Order: sequence, then structure tokens, then C-alpha cells
Amino acid sequence: MDVMPKWAEVILVPLISLVLAAILSAVVILGIGEDPIAAVEIMVNGALGSTYGWGYTLYYATNFIFTGLAVAVAFHARMFNIGGEGQGMLGGLGVALVCLYVPWPHWTIALVAACAGAALFGAAWAAIPAYLQAKRGSHIVITTIMFNFIAAAVLNYVLVNLMRPAGSMDPATERFPAAVHLPTLHELLLPLGINFSKSAPANVTLLVAVLACVAVWALIWRTRLGFGLRAYGHSETGALYAGISPVRIIMISMLISGGLAGLMAVNSTMGEAERLVLNATEGAGFIGIAVALMGRSHPFGVFLAAILFGFLYQGGAELALWTKIPRELIVVIQALVILFTGALDNMVRMPLERLFLRMRKG
Amino acid sequence: MTLMKSLLGAAASLALTAGAALAEPALIFDLGGKFDKSFNEAAFNGAERWAKETGGSFLEVELQSEAQREQALRRFAEAGANPVITTGFAFADPVNAVAGDYPDTKFVNIDGWLPEIPENVLLISFQEHQGSYLVGMLAAMASKTGTIGFVGGMDIPLIRHFGCGYAQGAKAVNPDIKIVANMTGTTPAAWNDPVKGSELTKAQISQGADVVYAAAGGTGVGVLQTAADEGIYSIGVDSNQNYLHPGSVLTSMLKRVDVAVYETMKSGTDVGTGSEVLGLAEDGVGYALDENNEKLITPEMKEKVDQARQDIIDGKINVVSYYENDSCPALSF
Repeated sequence: MDVMPKWAEVILVPLISLVLAAILSAVVILGIGEDPIAAVEIMVNGALGSTYGWGYTLYYATNFIFTGLAVAVAFHARMFNIGGEGQGMLGGLGVALVCLYVPWPHWTIALVAACAGAALFGAAWAAIPAYLQAKRGSHIVITTIMFNFIAAAVLNYVLVNLMRPAGSMDPATERFPAAVHLPTLHELLLPLGINFSKSAPANVTLLVAVLACVAVWALIWRTRLGFGLRAYGHSETGALYAGISPVRIIMISMLISGGLAGLMAVNSTMGEAERLVLNATEGAGFIGIAVALMGRSHPFGVFLAAILFGFLYQGGAELALWTKIPRELIVVIQALVILFTGALDNMVRMPLERLFLRMRKG
Repeated sequence: MTLMKSLLGAAASLALTAGAALAEPALIFDLGGKFDKSFNEAAFNGAERWAKETGGSFLEVELQSEAQREQALRRFAEAGANPVITTGFAFADPVNAVAGDYPDTKFVNIDGWLPEIPENVLLISFQEHQGSYLVGMLAAMASKTGTIGFVGGMDIPLIRHFGCGYAQGAKAVNPDIKIVANMTGTTPAAWNDPVKGSELTKAQISQGADVVYAAAGGTGVGVLQTAADEGIYSIGVDSNQNYLHPGSVLTSMLKRVDVAVYETMKSGTDVGTGSEVLGLAEDGVGYALDENNEKLITPEMKEKVDQARQDIIDGKINVVSYYENDSCPALSF
């Protein structure tokens, strides 16, 4: 059935989409009277041209890997979890509680405990919509997105009224103790003789994210549960006939999904800010949807897509720093890439397929 | 102007531009964005005024994410920008973390609070409760129903601080006055949701409010609009918003962020450090009176408010700050 060879499917289609997005972005930048080539140079240099740039790119990518995986796992079971934002916020609360109220002797133990706390809180937040979907048939898209707002309100209440240090105006917790400081890539790579930028926030959580990719791959394609998940995703009646319980699959897939979304907080809250701030997820939950779509719900695809989005975020930040291009237009450029690589995929794919078919015939 | 004076002036501006070329100031806007018609825009206006007057230029950036706070501070400090000015309390902590690494750079933060201020940091804060107290008095005097409203932006201590001063001012005029207070939301989106601001205003009107004070950034635009449509009074915030709906906007609570930014840029690298509190005495806060609302403020109202202003400056009236013990004597949230 495959019309195109695998390399065209995996590399050519996204590449052409990216080029199209870049051309349109260039037109936009030209339209506001800035130099598109200089803009691209700033983006590429700023995001990939130094260890400093890579540090930020990988930091954002770590967030997106977690939220992308969260959407991907649920998607295999035909669950559209768009509550990654709320689950990530609650995950942050879990991380903060673990880091602030337990005196940890070493960051390694704290990291394991924080991962557990983040996953637990994220999963718990996903459990309610999952239960409502499984038992009551309330649509998961509606409930998860509503739970994002409830999560924001909960976090706001907790930060403003309970966890804010006295005297501070900022709705944020106090700094975590130094013992739970996660080593950054600078500290990790220094013993290997690589002098990675000191100011970049990428940290050891990146390795956790890569591990999560491998774990999700093994879960989906190498376990009985993963088979049940995919079977349910392809056909509910078929799965039921095979003796797979829909309630069980919905609950488990959403719990794993929520847990993964919660894990992003380990990176943003424990690894970067080292305190819980109100706006800790900053849209990563939603970017996760685009990442999962672009990565075709495959962990490796999610990994690559997350790095691309990390590049867009960091490149966009550099663009904002050194040019007068307004913030909104940077969002437009980012959106164009999402549009072409995610939503308008078939626009590139279909003509390409036709081309390959003709080549094969001819 | 005599020839001597203009020569001196030219020399002074030359000296200023030379100084600016050596060290450009940088301005970092908070997540609300540069054009929010209120807080960040006021900072931008102050910077623009400085740039126009001196012919200097400044670096600026609008943030898109929390992680960019430290990034922007470090990048500007490394590029030699001095002073680096930040708007919004959320910058206090990143400034604290970064300042030690760049001892030769001055960092300025507006609205922030730190338990210990590093040597090269200036924190500018405003006595918003004092300004809010004055507009609260005006609201109570203008109200015929004995009920007034307050629409806050995001439910954070800073906004409760505004509401608390407002309620105290109103109660000073009319101890029996009823104050209806609502917050727009709990996410940063609450700063820019004029539709919800409008809905809240309508709800408050149905509860009898005939003066509504908006301390809600861009959301306030919806509050003022609805107040004008429904024929009640409204009170603007931060910038002078009287001109938006002349005859309906009773007054505006001024928070002179623009002046703070302008003065900081003017002092350049010589800017002082520590903390600076701008209140009524420094004209850092106040109420707006111009041709758009002069008919709404009667001489007797003006006299009372100006008297209260003087009493607050002299210490005869003590406006309780919400921060003192995280609660408000005149209003519960």
C-alpha cells in the first residue's frame, strides 16, 4: 500500500512543508520591512549556533517531548487529551510539594521523588475526565480543556493563599533548597571536557525525557497493554470482541498521558525556575498536540518534532531580542510552521504520492 | 531663550547622546506585552519620551515565556546594556538571580519586592493603595445608589492591594457604602479580556453599582465601554484613561510608570540602587483631572480629595496596605 518509499515519507514530506512555511514567513517578514535572510540567520545562530542556543532549544524541547508523548499515548487509544496544560500545572504542584517539604540529601533521590510526584499529580488530574469519559460518556475533549481552567484556578488559589512566602507580591513559591538543584548540561558535560554554556537551562531532565520516549515506544509496540491500546484505538467494537475492556483502556491510557504531561514540570519547575510560578506550563500542553501530530504519534517522531519546536521557540526569542519584529509576528511565523507541518500535511503528501506513482509506472 | 542658554542646552543634549552611545539602556516588558494600553505601555511611553528628548536609542524585548526572563536579562547585560529596566513584579526573582553575575550593570525593576536587594539593583514600587483611596473617595461621592463596583484583573495580591485602598477611601466618605468586587480570572488571560470585563460590569450594575473602578489592564477597556453604554461612571487605571469616554470616566488612578522609566533612563548608569517607593508625595500615584472630566468632579469633591491627599502625605490618614497582613480591613475578597 505504501506509495512512497519510507525515506520520502519520513524526511521529504516534512522538509518540503518546512521550506514552504519558511517561504511564507519570509514574505511576512518582508511585508513589515525587515530582512528575512538576516532574520533566519538570527534564528539559526541564536538557537543552534552555540551551546547557549542549544541549551535553550533543548530545554524547550524537553517540555515538548513530555507533552507530545502525553498526547501521542492517548491518541493511540483514540483519546484526544488536550488537557496537557492543566496536567502539567498540577504536576508542577506535585514537584513543588516534594521539593519544598521533604529535606532531600541528594538531587538524584529528589529527582526520582519529584518525577513520581509530578506524574502522580498529572495523572490524578487526568483521571477525572477519563472516568467521566469511560463511565458517563462525557467527551474527553470538552472535559480536559475545561480542566485546564480549573487547574489554573486551583494553582492560583494555592499560590496566592497558601504557598506564597510572606511579603512577596509574586504568586510563586519560595526557591527550592539547593540540595534539589538539578545539574544543568554545563555541570553534566564539564567532566567530559565539554564546556557547555553555563546560563542555559537545559538539564538532566532531558535524559529523563529521552528515557520516556524509549519507554513509550516499548509500551505501545512491545507490550500486551500497548496492543490493547492500539486495538481499542482502531476499533472499539473489535477490541470489545477481543475481550479488551474499554473502561480499563480509557483509564490507563489517560493516566499514562496525564502522568507524562505532569512530568514536564520536573523540567520547567525543578530544572529551570527552581520554584513554582503561576504560568509554569506556558502553552507547552498545547504545543504538545502539534508535536504529536507532526511526529505521527511515534516517540521518535515526537522527539524530532519537539526539537524543531524548541528551535522555533528559542529562535523566536532571539528574533525578539535583536530585531524590532513584534511578538505577534513571531507567533505568526511559529504558527505557519505548525500549519504546514501538522495541519496541511496532505497538501504536500498527495502531489508527492502522485509524483512517485508516475515515476513507478514510467 | 538667550543664546547662552541654547548653547548650554545643545551641549547638554550632546553629552547625553554621547553617554547613550556608550551604554544603551534596555527595557524588558512583562508577558502582558508592550501595547496593553496600561502598565507596560506606560513604561514604553516613558522610554519613547526619553528617546525623543535625548535622541538616544534603547533595546527592548517583549517576552513570550517565563524561561525568557533570565535569558533576556543575561543577553542584554552581556551586550553591554546599562541600565536594564524590567517591568512587573515577576522579574524581581530573576533579577536577584542574575544581578550578582554582572556587577557593573544596573538592574531596575518596577513593582518588584525582594527580601534582600543586591548592590546593583533598584526596585521601584508605587503606593497604589493611596491613589486608589483617592479614587475610592471620588467614587463614593459620585455614587447616588450607595453601591460601587471594583473589577480586578488577575486575582493576585497586587490587585487586591488596589481594591483594598479603593474600599477604604469609599468607606471614609460613606461608612455604609456597599462595594461589589470581582476579579476577572485566575490566569494571565485575565489581563486582556474586555468581554468578560464588560459582563462583570453589567453584573455589578444589576447589583446597583453606579461607579465601577477597573484595575485590570486591557480588560478595563471593556469595563469603561460598558459603563459608558449603560450610563454609569467608571474609573480608569495606570495611564490617564479619561479621554476614552469623556463624561463617563469619572477619573483615572494614575500610576506613573512612564515617569519612573523616563527618570531611570535619564539618570542612565548613574541611577541609584536600593528601593524607591513612589507615593502621593512624589506624584508617583494620584488621580487624573483634565478637560474630559472637569465637569464630573465638583469643586467640593476636589477639595475633599485634595485635603485627604494632603492628610495622607502628612500621615494624618493611614491607608492600610493589603500587604501588611495579607488582608483588607474594608473589603474581603
